[in-house]
Amino acid sequence: MSALRESLGFLASRLRQVGIFVALILIVLLFQVLTDGILLQPQNVSNLVVQNSYILILAIGMVMVIIAGHIDLSVGSIAGFIGAVAGVMIVHWGWPWWAAIPACLLVGALVGAWQGYWIAYVGIPAFIVTLAGMLIFRGLTLITLKNQQITPFPDELRALGGGFLPDISGGTSVLEWLTVILGVGGTAALLFQSIKERRVRRRFNLENEPMAWFATKTAFIALLMLVITFLLASYRGTPIVLIVLAGLVIAYSALMNNSIFGRHTYAIGGNLHAAELSGIKTKAVTFRLFVNMGVLAALAGLIFTARLNSAQPAGGTGFELDSIAAAFIGGAAVTGGIGTVAGAMIGGLIMGVLNNGMSILGLGTDYQQLIKGLVLLIAVGFDIFNKNRAGGGSSIAKRFRLRTTPPATEQTKAPAPTNAPAEAATPVAAGSRDPGNA
Amino acid sequence: MNVPILQMRGITKTFPGVKALQDVTLDVNRGEVHAICGENGAGKSTLMKVLSGVYAHNTFEGDILFENEPCDFASISDSEKRGIVIIHQELALSPYLSIAENIFLGNELASRGWVDWRKTNLEAAKLLARVGLSENPVTPIQHISVGKQQLVEIAKALSKEVKLLILDEPTAALNDEDSDHLLDLILHLKGQGVTSIIISHKLNEIRKVADAVTIIRDGKSIETLRVDQGQITQERIIRGMVGRDLDSLYPEREPQIGEEVLRIEDWTVQHPQDHTRTVVHNANLNVRKGEVVGLAGLMGAGRTELAMSVFGRTYGRAVSGKVFKHGKEINTSTVPEAIRHGIAYATEDRKHYGLNLIEDIKRNISMAALPKLAKRGWVDGNKETTVANSYRKSMNIKAPSVAAITGKLSGGNQQKVVLSKWMFSDPDVLILDEPTRGIDVGAKYEIYTIIAELAAQGKAVIVISSELPELLGICDRIYTLSAGHVTGEVPIAEASQETLMHYMTKEKE
Repeated sequence: MSALRESLGFLASRLRQVGIFVALILIVLLFQVLTDGILLQPQNVSNLVVQNSYILILAIGMVMVIIAGHIDLSVGSIAGFIGAVAGVMIVHWGWPWWAAIPACLLVGALVGAWQGYWIAYVGIPAFIVTLAGMLIFRGLTLITLKNQQITPFPDELRALGGGFLPDISGGTSVLEWLTVILGVGGTAALLFQSIKERRVRRRFNLENEPMAWFATKTAFIALLMLVITFLLASYRGTPIVLIVLAGLVIAYSALMNNSIFGRHTYAIGGNLHAAELSGIKTKAVTFRLFVNMGVLAALAGLIFTARLNSAQPAGGTGFELDSIAAAFIGGAAVTGGIGTVAGAMIGGLIMGVLNNGMSILGLGTDYQQLIKGLVLLIAVGFDIFNKNRAGGGSSIAKRFRLRTTPPATEQTKAPAPTNAPAEAATPVAAGSRDPGNA
Repeated sequence: MNVPILQMRGITKTFPGVKALQDVTLDVNRGEVHAICGENGAGKSTLMKVLSGVYAHNTFEGDILFENEPCDFASISDSEKRGIVIIHQELALSPYLSIAENIFLGNELASRGWVDWRKTNLEAAKLLARVGLSENPVTPIQHISVGKQQLVEIAKALSKEVKLLILDEPTAALNDEDSDHLLDLILHLKGQGVTSIIISHKLNEIRKVADAVTIIRDGKSIETLRVDQGQITQERIIRGMVGRDLDSLYPEREPQIGEEVLRIEDWTVQHPQDHTRTVVHNANLNVRKGEVVGLAGLMGAGRTELAMSVFGRTYGRAVSGKVFKHGKEINTSTVPEAIRHGIAYATEDRKHYGLNLIEDIKRNISMAALPKLAKRGWVDGNKETTVANSYRKSMNIKAPSVAAITGKLSGGNQQKVVLSKWMFSDPDVLILDEPTRGIDVGAKYEIYTIIAELAAQGKAVIVISSELPELLGICDRIYTLSAGHVTGEVPIAEASQETLMHYMTKEKE
């Protein structure tokens, strides 16, 4: 009983993180039913990964920028611009793919440095600089392409967008064994890492997740990974972009958690003044964040172009909105200082599954946009609502506390009358959300 | 002529854990200028907020009679209806609106929702003439000086047909000329029958304008002195303001004072926006190894400004002067440089400038010295936790673990996190700005013990504090500042609250 209560209390305190995960699962199940099982067919799962890879890559950079308290509206245009640059380099100039890719990433870095300079050193708000960048780089895309698409690209580059790792069994097996090895290996590594982390936390007497929750969560994630492995293996194997994406997620998660650069990013977003007074070179960190965003936008542009096998004038349009939405749905705070790469990935997957599921159902872009907009609004609104209600913790967590403390007596007057209605309203408001929690 | 206009009786106001006001009495006569004196944090501003309805009538105890009628204000607009207008230290003007718009802000001269601009500007011009300000009413507020903005605030008060004008440290942000003009205006308004309450601790100002002075100390009204009874003297006011009991406990320490560590020479700082004001004038001071040096001064004396301008020029403009460490001149023009030279500054405003409140304890402690925990840019998380745990233990930070979010800690524990952060940066000189502000008594003692330990380890410590007993309890030497000037350097053996307050209120020659 106490273990259950402990777990429930923990869930309530982490309602946001847990909620977003549960939301993803519910959305997957919903569309699985609505599409009569098409959503989780091997081919569609493979498509889902490839289709969303560039948004997810952008979301990595975007969540970092958002954590630092900025925003980047230009990533879609940059991705389009880099696609155009790649087209000119490879198709017109005949550069080999292995020279063009680093060159494109370098151009992305320069674009990021341009924007980072205005934001960090001149002090123009990122919203304005990147709004300008959105127009500038769309314009440059059109100029570079002379308003015509460039095609075709060599097979090596196209593999980056739609290719799969080679089938080591030579196509004779039902399951693609390299994928199975990678999937099972990855799952084992994840389990190992989670258990190790838990041990470390216990060793240092840090608050740990309750055992029941930890076991459920870890087992569930492992199971999920194995299911995806199985689905991918029974189609054409591991998409190459998935390897790229997995590498980036691992590297950037580590960067944000364990590097000085990542820590300084959180510090700047959490309290800029305190960061400055602690000797953090806030301008340099901001500058680097935008350079990094430029490189990731370039990579996303390359993958997108490779997948379409053409550099298009309108390429990348709207990517910025999807990646920003992914970061916020994934729990990043509008005011900065809070957010994770993993959360942004889940946020991006929610958007991706919504897109994919609604497309299968044959809903037009009109309804897709409507629904995606509402999801974003609800996700961030839920955050703000929680924060306002409980001043930091969630209101449901507060309700748990209210139950355990004795009711206020006449002597302990409410500190201010304005608090009273809010306190009284809380259980009602919390109660109205009960179905979601139960 | 001694007709009371305002009587406040038995005012008691409590905040969670603190009694800000205790049984305060205030009597103001019609047509007089009544000064309120007291140390920082004595409760002057709280009393004025009670009077003006910022704190609603049911959040405090006691009675207020204004023009012989009881007052139960629920908000500031209620008190304004009765003719009580408060002008806060931080001016409440909108910088991009015109003078006239600001004067009638929230009180627009309009018919059916449409502003009558002709009337607005005409009326504004009349009010400006009354306060002796010759500016075009359509000029945006940001284009006139702070001194003139203060006059606009008074014009705004006059537009509300003010009977009792409350000014909270009106000259704190003004240069001498503007201050004189403002004081003249207060006397002029007095001639027109406006009663004023002025919060100030500039004794020359009080002597110039006040008919009576009420002294507040530790949330209690001590006494009211009247000029017609010849009671207003500097000695009398100082005695009333200090006299705080030395009842807090301070750790015993045997100072082991070594050679000079830090010396500041000819330090001059100008206000970052208002170029006519010099906030710190040619300050000279030093601190030695193992020594605890106090900086005493009333609000606006320039203590924090001095410290922050030394610490990476984080305050002010046109900073000039030299900083020497161990006799060698050093560059402290950026925060990383200052930290590299072993200087640490723990801010007085830990919530806004000291801590990342949404982050946990360990990451706050490591914030100023992450490279110490890192190899090639990668932070060793285990080492970080070990370090944080050791500070949690040695500083007695009360939290479930070092992974607890700092925003949820009490003030005392937050302060310990700030101190841990700076101790971990391993400085030679620690500047602690109001280290015990907003902290309960028990935690204060712990902070004093930590300061004593730092000195015993050979650190040079500078403590800025508004609490004189605290400085007397922990320092070896105390500098006093008044209006940006270092007015005294007092060894602890010769220091008392009276001598310090004497220097702190000293006017410049």
